[in-house]
Amino acid sequence: MRAVTYERATSAQGAAQASVGHKGAKFIGGGTNLLDLAKLEIETPSHLVDVTRVPGLDRIAPTPDGGLRIGATVRNAELAADPRVRRDYAVLSRALLSGASAQLRNKATTAGNLLQRTRCLYFYDTTKPCNKRVPGSGCSAIGGLNRTLAIVGVSDDCIAHHPSDMAVAMRVLDAGVETVMPDGATRTIPIADFHTLPGKTPWIETTLKPGEFITAVTLPKPVGGRQSYTKVRDRASYAFALVSVAAITGPGLQRFAFGSIAHKPWRVEDAERLKGADAIADRVLTGARSTDQNRFKIALVHRTLDATMRGETA
Amino acid sequence: MKFDKPAGPNPTDRMRILGKPFDRVDGAIKVAGQAPYSYEYHDIAPNAAYGVMVGAGIGKGRIATMDTRDAERAPGVLLVLTHRNAPKMFGQQKKQNTTSQESSEGSEEAKGAHAAPQLQGRDIKQHDEAVAFVVAETFEQATAAAHLVRIGYSAGKGRFSLTEGARNAKPNPEAEDAHVGDFDGAFAAAAVKVDVTYTTPNQSQAMMEPHATLAMWSGDQLTLHTSHQITHWSTEGVADTLGIPHDKVRCVCAYIGGGFGSKLEVYGDAVLSAVAAQKLGRPVKCALTRPQIFNHTTHRPPTIQRLQLAAGRDGRLLAMGHTTWTGDQEGARGELATEQSRLMYGGANRKLETYIATLDLPKGGSMRAPGEAAGLFALEGAMDELAEALDMDPVELRIVNDVQQDPTTQDKVRPFSDRKLVECMRQGAAKFGWDRRNRRPGQMRDGSLLIGHGMAGGIRNNMVKASGTRVTLQSGGRVLVETAMTDIGTGSYTINAQTAAEMLGVPLDRVSIKLGDSLFPKAAGSGGSWGGNSSTAGTYAACMALRTAIAARMGMPADAEFVDGQIRAGGRSIPLASAAANGPVVAEDTITYGDLEKTYAQASFAAHFCEVAVSAVTGEVRVRRMTSAFSAGRILNAKTARSQCLGGMTMGIGAALMEALQVDERFGYFANHDLAEYHVPVHADIPDLDVIFVDSLDTKSSPMKARGVGELGICGVGAAVSSAVANATGVRVRDFPITLDKLLPHLPKVA
Amino acid sequence: MHTEPTGGVSRREILGTGAATASMLAAPAMAAVTPDKAREADPPLVRVMLTVNGKPENLTLDARTTLLDMAREHLKLTGSKKGCDHGQCGACTMIVEGRRVNSCLSLAVMHDGDTITTIEGLGTPDKLHPMQAAFVRHDGYQCGYCTPGQIVSAVAMLEEVRSGAPSFVSPDLEHAEYSDTEVRERMSGNLCRCAAYPNIVAAIGDVHAGKKS
Repeated sequence: MRAVTYERATSAQGAAQASVGHKGAKFIGGGTNLLDLAKLEIETPSHLVDVTRVPGLDRIAPTPDGGLRIGATVRNAELAADPRVRRDYAVLSRALLSGASAQLRNKATTAGNLLQRTRCLYFYDTTKPCNKRVPGSGCSAIGGLNRTLAIVGVSDDCIAHHPSDMAVAMRVLDAGVETVMPDGATRTIPIADFHTLPGKTPWIETTLKPGEFITAVTLPKPVGGRQSYTKVRDRASYAFALVSVAAITGPGLQRFAFGSIAHKPWRVEDAERLKGADAIADRVLTGARSTDQNRFKIALVHRTLDATMRGETA
Repeated sequence: MKFDKPAGPNPTDRMRILGKPFDRVDGAIKVAGQAPYSYEYHDIAPNAAYGVMVGAGIGKGRIATMDTRDAERAPGVLLVLTHRNAPKMFGQQKKQNTTSQESSEGSEEAKGAHAAPQLQGRDIKQHDEAVAFVVAETFEQATAAAHLVRIGYSAGKGRFSLTEGARNAKPNPEAEDAHVGDFDGAFAAAAVKVDVTYTTPNQSQAMMEPHATLAMWSGDQLTLHTSHQITHWSTEGVADTLGIPHDKVRCVCAYIGGGFGSKLEVYGDAVLSAVAAQKLGRPVKCALTRPQIFNHTTHRPPTIQRLQLAAGRDGRLLAMGHTTWTGDQEGARGELATEQSRLMYGGANRKLETYIATLDLPKGGSMRAPGEAAGLFALEGAMDELAEALDMDPVELRIVNDVQQDPTTQDKVRPFSDRKLVECMRQGAAKFGWDRRNRRPGQMRDGSLLIGHGMAGGIRNNMVKASGTRVTLQSGGRVLVETAMTDIGTGSYTINAQTAAEMLGVPLDRVSIKLGDSLFPKAAGSGGSWGGNSSTAGTYAACMALRTAIAARMGMPADAEFVDGQIRAGGRSIPLASAAANGPVVAEDTITYGDLEKTYAQASFAAHFCEVAVSAVTGEVRVRRMTSAFSAGRILNAKTARSQCLGGMTMGIGAALMEALQVDERFGYFANHDLAEYHVPVHADIPDLDVIFVDSLDTKSSPMKARGVGELGICGVGAAVSSAVANATGVRVRDFPITLDKLLPHLPKVA
Repeated sequence: MHTEPTGGVSRREILGTGAATASMLAAPAMAAVTPDKAREADPPLVRVMLTVNGKPENLTLDARTTLLDMAREHLKLTGSKKGCDHGQCGACTMIVEGRRVNSCLSLAVMHDGDTITTIEGLGTPDKLHPMQAAFVRHDGYQCGYCTPGQIVSAVAMLEEVRSGAPSFVSPDLEHAEYSDTEVRERMSGNLCRCAAYPNIVAAIGDVHAGKKS
């Protein structure tokens, strides 16, 4: 890891200002992804802005319209165990609990989870070309090892997947991402617009602007329904998803978001008006471009969705 | 003491302390975090500098450019070693009579057999071989500076595909091929046969402690605290590499965080720490980083295996064909997956062959049960397929093909020393409830889960090695045991202490034991499952010598009994402690062996019974329960031996369901080189496993009457799992690991 | 928190300005680096005060120092193990402010003022914590390298169960209860390649049940 200077932010706007005040600055919350990457020099911050002690960011509070406002530094474990989340947003609780390990969930933050980066093998290998890590260097995954990577929304430059579980649940819950700019301006970015597809700029992963700082993630008022998060993986725990399905179903209610199949949590609202798992999955996967190694994900999406809709998997 | 006749009655037979499930004698310090591993000796090296290795970023080729200037002027940096300033090192020399030396086992080893030269030029032979070594005042500084070594490569064309290499593979000189009877004729004529091909991937030992070394010099004397399974291999390897006499290197391997074969070799951490410590005149320590381990160190090489089994309607094997194609670097042995098929089952007509392709992937090596772990997946999988073809119970098929003498050696009758495979099968089957199995695939469901039962047999060749121990009766009556033997989690501390306590008739808590120092008598070390049996046999020999010395000192007859802290003979009884009243009594001996290994076939046996649940939706496979029965001669400690078996069974489940190093054939390396992407089983993958030990004594193996158990646990597990998956789903996956993508296309449509 | 292309410019450019020129002129050193060379300096060290196993510690550290390296290299508390240094094995598990975390992915400076418990703080060989004793009794370890992490993790895990926090395998998110299945899921962040898993689950079961032997 490169040498860093360190400062502790005391306010959200202060954090945003600190990050633009230093070249190579990065916010650090849980650090579970940033330090992992920094040790490998995939991330090379020269200045760390510690946001974990910004007052108020670690709180979960009701919103006036009956939803929840989750502070940026609320830990994954705490969020999953929050009684309101367990009761009203079970899909989020389940998704969080399916991710990583208890130790990591005790550190990882809400905002950091949204920003976690791909697990593509070549992104992790600084001796190999990767457009996401070194723009223009090429994509080693195309034509290489790509069993776990994206099948929809891919580009000729990048087929990386977004590995988060939490973000998939946030997507199905129509969450909003609240931010503050260095000048104090705030906005809320709908989760649908938060993550981007790789296109020709795979190193850009969100619509955040330089210095823009996430303060909270908001959930609309509970929609009820049966909520589930199904995670399919190579070992029983402590593994990234091959495919995951976040689902909310009930009378007149059917929402599905999918994890680990795209550069972002994948949801196609149009498909949710259709009937039957195959029809929905076909629409969700419109334009899919799989490889010999990850083609199985197409069948897996169909089958897992079908089982989910029949209430067969939790 | 030379062990060249089958053991008769001896003091180990008392079994007052041996065999009992004692807690580990090193338990308290391990659970308290006080057991020092190689990187953790602050007390003796408070000023150690931190070394970080830089690994090559290509699989084969040359270093075209190298710029170390930024690294050298980085904060805290003390030294940057590269091919330009590394000293000349020496590798293995060709096997010639003039250069050969006696190894401790009495067999001839080429000089430098364990050497591991580093930084000897621009040529790159494998990914992550050392290309630089950066030493700095702090770990953070060394790590950062390691990234500042700028290296340009000129990548060469490598051979990275076993599938391609197999086409031009040559007979493997390390393997013992066999052709018995008329295989082709018998196979062609047989009523029932299977002809199937199985494949196994490269696998990683993935022990928890990274390879690590603390190196320090005192004059021309080098001391390494290093994580190695065999103390003297490490000593000889480092000394030969540096071209210095063996006695100038002391290796301490007191606590080792697992090895599974990976730590049978010397790597960059040891050699480069030694070189840097000498150059800097100060201790240097280095641990390989986790991502480096997967390509810098050895792994289990891949196999393609063709099994041709033919039987009569009664199930008796008429023809047994097993051909393995494996791949490894020039001169390395690959995975000898055919070997166990020499001994496992009968059949008059046999064709056993192994071919090896030269690959430029990282060098292969030993991983728990090299040969058998991969070979039994294929052999036992094919046996299950044969049982299916015969519509015969797979247990019965094994039983009718059991043999009590080596079925492959033709020139003389070679009986098994102690073969209880059938007993393992019967006891395992009874405990598991095998009789309730539904032989027809795809019949058992539990909600959306498909349930299946499978079984397999297992065999692990028994090896013994020379091993020495020094035993001291100290004043006060305590016993001190010292041997260079290592404990890599196997329980060596405990079973050697138990052996001494049993032999000298003292309670276990009267014994102190020190292991893993090359200053102690040279010992078998931990590898090939020979360690437990061989090292305790060495301790047995030393204790016999000590008994003789004590008896002589006390004027007692040589056959005096040592029991309850007393020496007894002819109605006389004197306290053992009194023998040390005028000073300690010391004895040292080494167990060596005659040819009982040749006159008797020696092997340990197992039978595994497994229940899996396969998601009918996703194809995810989870093991729900497993019962395994083992026959390994005398069990020296029922608790630690059981743990060894649990470990083997779990690694077998991992191999069956998730473990594979993924080869990028363009860059020539294993791309999933960390513990997030190379999956080993976690808690949630492993149910409560059931272990049965079948009583036996092997009097031909050693005076301990024991055999190896450390690797036995994995032998056959993969086939039991794959057969259970086949029983659950009707899908036979012959390609390890059985991941869901291989099952999915064959599973019935959901609902 | 925007994401920059981390490799958009070459490392040499990132490294910066004046020093690069100096390095171009400097002859490459072939042996040990001499201390009088022009070289970049690390940023100033940071002060960290925290409580480790009940003892106040006052340290001056490189800001990059992880809690794990702080313990192992600075405080000489080597019980916490480095198995991967990337949050993939759990051998480094410590209890920080009551919560188990991977200390390898925690910067010490971010824990200024915090209270930390490592394996050394649970018990000593002469006076083992009940969880340590149960691990010995059940042979819940072999090589011992993952063991401190397993034990620290298990102690904190039982507290999590007691607090009612659910896990992914809890049938009812609102009422989590102790079971071996729960233990296996909750302990899955601690790899054991020797695979003492069944024995670890049994050891934890003893402590949960309040058994002494």
